[in-house]
Parts: sequence; structure tokens; C-alpha cells
Amino acid sequence: MSMVTSSSYLESLLQGQPQLPPSPLAWFNQLRASAVDRAGTLKLPTTRDEDWRFTDISPLAKLSFQPARAVSTLQAADVEGFYLDEAAIRLVFVDGAYMPQFSTQPDKARDLGLTVTDLSSTAVSSHGTVIEPHLGRHAGFQDNLFAALNTAFLHDGALVVAPRNAAVDAPVHVLFIATQPEVASHPRCLLIAESGSAVTIVEDYVTLQEGAYVTNAVTEIVLEGNAQVNHVRIQRDSPQAFHIGHCAVSLAHASRYRSVSVALGARISRYDLNARLAAEGAECAIDGLALISGRQLADTHTCIDHAQPNGISRQLHKCIVDGAAHAVFNGKIMVRSGAQCTDSTQSSRNLLLSAKARVDTKPQLEIFADDVKCAHGATVGQLDIEELFYLKSRGLSEIAARNLLTYAFGAEIIDRIPVASLKQRLERTVFEQTKRS
Amino acid sequence: MIHQDSKVLLEIRGLRATVNGIEILKGIDLTVRSGEVHAIMGTNGSGKSTLAKVLAGHNAYQVTGGSITFEGHNLFDLEPEERARAGLFLAFQYPIEIPGVSNSHFLRLAYNTVQAQHGKDELDPLEFEDFVREKMKLLDMNPDFLDRGVNEGFSGGEKKRNEILQMALLEPRLAILDETDSGLDIDALRIVTNGVNKLATKDNAIVLVTHYQRMLNYIVPDFVHVMQAGRIIKTGGKELALDLETRGYDWVGAEHRAAVEAEAEA
Repeated sequence: MSMVTSSSYLESLLQGQPQLPPSPLAWFNQLRASAVDRAGTLKLPTTRDEDWRFTDISPLAKLSFQPARAVSTLQAADVEGFYLDEAAIRLVFVDGAYMPQFSTQPDKARDLGLTVTDLSSTAVSSHGTVIEPHLGRHAGFQDNLFAALNTAFLHDGALVVAPRNAAVDAPVHVLFIATQPEVASHPRCLLIAESGSAVTIVEDYVTLQEGAYVTNAVTEIVLEGNAQVNHVRIQRDSPQAFHIGHCAVSLAHASRYRSVSVALGARISRYDLNARLAAEGAECAIDGLALISGRQLADTHTCIDHAQPNGISRQLHKCIVDGAAHAVFNGKIMVRSGAQCTDSTQSSRNLLLSAKARVDTKPQLEIFADDVKCAHGATVGQLDIEELFYLKSRGLSEIAARNLLTYAFGAEIIDRIPVASLKQRLERTVFEQTKRS
Repeated sequence: MIHQDSKVLLEIRGLRATVNGIEILKGIDLTVRSGEVHAIMGTNGSGKSTLAKVLAGHNAYQVTGGSITFEGHNLFDLEPEERARAGLFLAFQYPIEIPGVSNSHFLRLAYNTVQAQHGKDELDPLEFEDFVREKMKLLDMNPDFLDRGVNEGFSGGEKKRNEILQMALLEPRLAILDETDSGLDIDALRIVTNGVNKLATKDNAIVLVTHYQRMLNYIVPDFVHVMQAGRIIKTGGKELALDLETRGYDWVGAEHRAAVEAEAEA
């Protein structure tokens, strides 16, 4: 890996762009071109930017990352371990590239009443009118370098469309596997839940290597009236990786969005989730868990924007921080002047397992309506002595009691994942990672 | 039930304890033999719950004097978990909620820890499920409670049932029930007390800590002790509880003061 300066870092990141094959859709090519232009004018954020105050991503600029090369040697046996039993439909991307041989066939989705396909496939042309109003429209890149870069690299990606009134219980699993060190990939998802539909998506970032690489992901989720979306996002990138994730959710009338995001991996990770309750009676539940140790940094920024009346939002964000790791949470709740009768609660709870662990948490309420119910709170601390005593009074040793409570702290979030096998797998991860002996 | 040849389970002598430097227990003497049911009554702040917590080993309470012997062990030598494994059980006044840990997992951990102590086989999740479901019938508990987080979102009555369920699983030699009747409606009280009665044998003992006589209609005590200002000021039989119910606590205090003054003059 060579050392480069910040601007040449961007140049190197953009290097692979001109080689992307053009899409038959003119607007698609235009979107990509304007993102390239925009990326060229934006700078890498520093800790002087308020939004990046605690998250120093300068180590990212010290390394040079190439676009990923095509991978041909990977076998199904290498990746099957990541599959979810419950998922009827699976899209697999390796270092950003769509892998049809590991993915379920598009007709399987069709049988279930969904459209699930790769964004670069020819099938996309036939959905052009469905996609055009949404792709790149929710996750704006005017002021966001990483979203601009992702959009500049728009090629492969996951497209999920749940047509009107389609209800599918089995989750759609979108699996992004990192296999090459020193590369940057730009995963992209677009989920459109048409009116009255119900769908579950699992966005899953995993790795087969321990090296440094960049994952720069953008997800856009659109809920039309009365639609319901369950969104699970698991980030288990390599301990040396950089993960930048951005998710924009737009909620229409009486739609319901529930998400659980879990950050386990990456040396430095940043996840921005913006949910806009754009019509009356929309509802969202946004929960998160960061479980980090060593010298990891996990930064979660969420913004829940109540733009219309009678919206409901619920948020519980938890961090378990061990070693010299550092967790950041910034949770903004915006209640605009028209958003009367908004009902919003937010809670940030943090558990520090070592003296060097650090958490910066900032719940942020901005309320411009007068008839609202908003509650928020943040706690940072160690395990509760009353809880410890309760368990010890039932015969559990100090260590067993501590392990159980630490596990429980994380499991409260994991429990909310509506996919049993994934839940069990992550509960084991939490238990193993926090266990002391 | 009082038996002639029963053995002493618990012996408290001159127990003094403080919380944050304030003395709450000011010299408690109490002897509990196997097969007996004791009720400790008293107004709020008399030190009843402090006594229960000190027995269980809560570290917010500092013992400043006296001794407690439990089945021949110096209780102060034992950590809370060792006390539990030795057969001492406290049913909490306010059971703790632990979201994220299923009740069945928690109950099995506790059960297996105590089983291991007695050199008995541990139960795997399936075996335990059958075992615990039987015990739940005793308390008329819905099996759904196994899948929920420990006490999470349980009503007051459900939490108390869950405490007695733990007692049923752990089969302690000495069970201290701290205000188990509070928050129970009359039906729940009957079910819970009925469960406790079924667990009472000639080899174990129960100490009920309560404010009201109500529970003692169902679990009939052999001894009733009245606590005030950190001391046991009167001990009697079950009829003492009925006296307290009709006459209140004041007369006991007055009687005690008179006795103390008489002693001072003599």
C-alpha cells in the first residue's frame, strides 16, 4: 500500500470509474456522471466538521485503494456459511460485483410476488420507470462525498421491489462479501415497497479476509402508503476495514419501517441513517447495537425527520465498548412545525467494559411543533449492581452474572431481529465477544 | 410447624447493620429451626427488608456487629452466590427485570448452578422445559412466561409468582419472602401462598417479611415478630398478627417503651 495525499486519494478512488459499462438508461448514466462531477468537488470530512467531530477518518486517506478486480476462484462452499435458512431470496455480491451463481434466480422472487434483481441487469431497463424517481433521489450526494462516490460507481447493486399489496414473510438476504484487501467497493441497495406491501430485507456485510479495505455502501428505502418494511443491517467487516454506510428511508402515509442495525466489525465504521416521515401517520422503530473492542471506532448518526402530523418514532441505540474502543452516537429527532401530535421516544444506552473504553452520545431534539410527545435519554455506565445481586442471589457466580448481564444488554437489540437463525448466530457472537473467564 | 427435635437452621445474635453510615439494624436476635414459619412484621422503615437483604448478602449493607450462623456456617464468610448454593433464598420485594435474557434460560442457569453444588446432574434445555412446566402448574403460571425476558413487562403479581417459581426450583432450606404479598390481588395471593405452603416441609423453614396480616391467613406462622427501629420488640404466636391487624402497631411500641423504662428504673 502506498501513501497518498487526500486529493490523490480521491483521484485513486475514482480511477476505476470510466471503465464502467454504460447503462441503456440515459438518466442512469447522467446520474452517475453528475455524481462523478460532484465527488470531484467535495473534500474528505475531518474532525473539524461537526458531523465528524469524534470520527477521524484520516487513516483512510493514508492508504490507497484500488477498484476491486473480478473474482473467479470463489466456490459456493466458501460463502454458504453466510446464508440464512429463512431467506427465500438471496442476492450475493463479492467485492461489489454481483454473483449470479451464488444468488437465487430472479424467477424465484417472481414466484413470491417480488422483483429482486441486480441493478446492472438488463431486467432493470424494464423497471426504469419504477426506479427512476427513487434511485439517487433519497440519498442525496450534493454534500456527501461518500454518497457521491458510491453513486459515481453505480453499476451492480440490489434492487428489491414489493408490488402493491404483496406480503412476503421470508426475508430477502442481500449479502456483500469482501474477499480482496486494499480495494474499495461501493455496495448499493434500492428497496421500493409499494402501497400496502410488506417485506423484510437483511443487508449483510461480511468478510473472508482480515485485511484493510473500504466498504462504502448506500441504501435507499421507499415506503409507499401503508407499506411495511423490516430492515436488518449487519456490519461484520474485517477488523482492519473501513466501513462507511448511508441509508435514506422515505415513509409515506401510514407506512411502518422497523430497522435493527448491528455494527460488529471494521477498524472505523460510520453509519448514517436518515428516516423521513414524509406523510401523516407514518411510524418507525430504529434500533441499533454497536459491539466493539480493541481499537475499533463505531459511529452511528441517525436522523428521524417528522415532517407531517401523527407520526410515531421509537429508537433504542446501545453500545457495548471494550478495550480502547470508541463508540459514537448522534441521534437527531426533528419535529417540523406541521408535525403536530408526533409521538417520539429515543434512548441511548451504553455499557463500558473497560477503563479505556469511550462513548460519546448526543441525543438531539429539534422541535418546531407545539403539540408533541417526545422523550429521550442517554445513559453511560457499568453493569447495574442490583441486577448483579439478583443473579448472584440465585447462585450465579460474579463472573457468570456479569457475562449474562452483558450478553443481555446486547441481546435486547438482537432479539428484535425478525429472522430466527440470524438472531441466534448474533446472540452467540455477543456472548462469545463479551464473555470473561 | 414446631417440632421437638428439629435442628437450628438460622441463628442471628446481636446483628447490627448500616446503610451509608446510618444504623438500620440495632441488635437483632432470631432463631429459626427447620419446619418453622416465622413472620417478621413492622411498619415501613422498621428494618425488615434490610434484615432480608443482609441475610442474602447485599453489599450495600455493612454488618457492624453480631453474628449469623446458617446451618453451622458463619454466613459472613459466604458470598451471596455461596449463600444461595448453601440453601438460602430471598424472594425479592422488587424483582429485577432483565430484558434480553429469556426467563427459561435464567431459571435453568440458576437451577443447574444449585444442582451442581449438590453433586446432582444438570438438565439440558429440553429436560428443563418439562421440569419447569410442572413447577409452573403449582403457581398457575402460563408457560409463555418462559420465553419472555426475565420479569420483563411482568405485572407485579407475575413477578411475585416468578419469585416463588424460583423457590420451587431451587428448593432452599431457608426461604425469606420479602413482602411477597404486596401487589397481589386476592386470587393471586391465594395461588402464591398455596404454592409456598406446598413447598414447606419439616426440613426447611420460611421467614415471611410483611407489613400486613393478610398473607398470614394463608401461610400460618408459628412465630410472629414485630420489628421497630431496627429491633425485634415483641414475639408471639399467630394470634399476635391478628392483634396487630385490629389494633395497629402503636400499642406494641408503647408496651415496649414502658418495659424499657421499667427496666431502667429497676
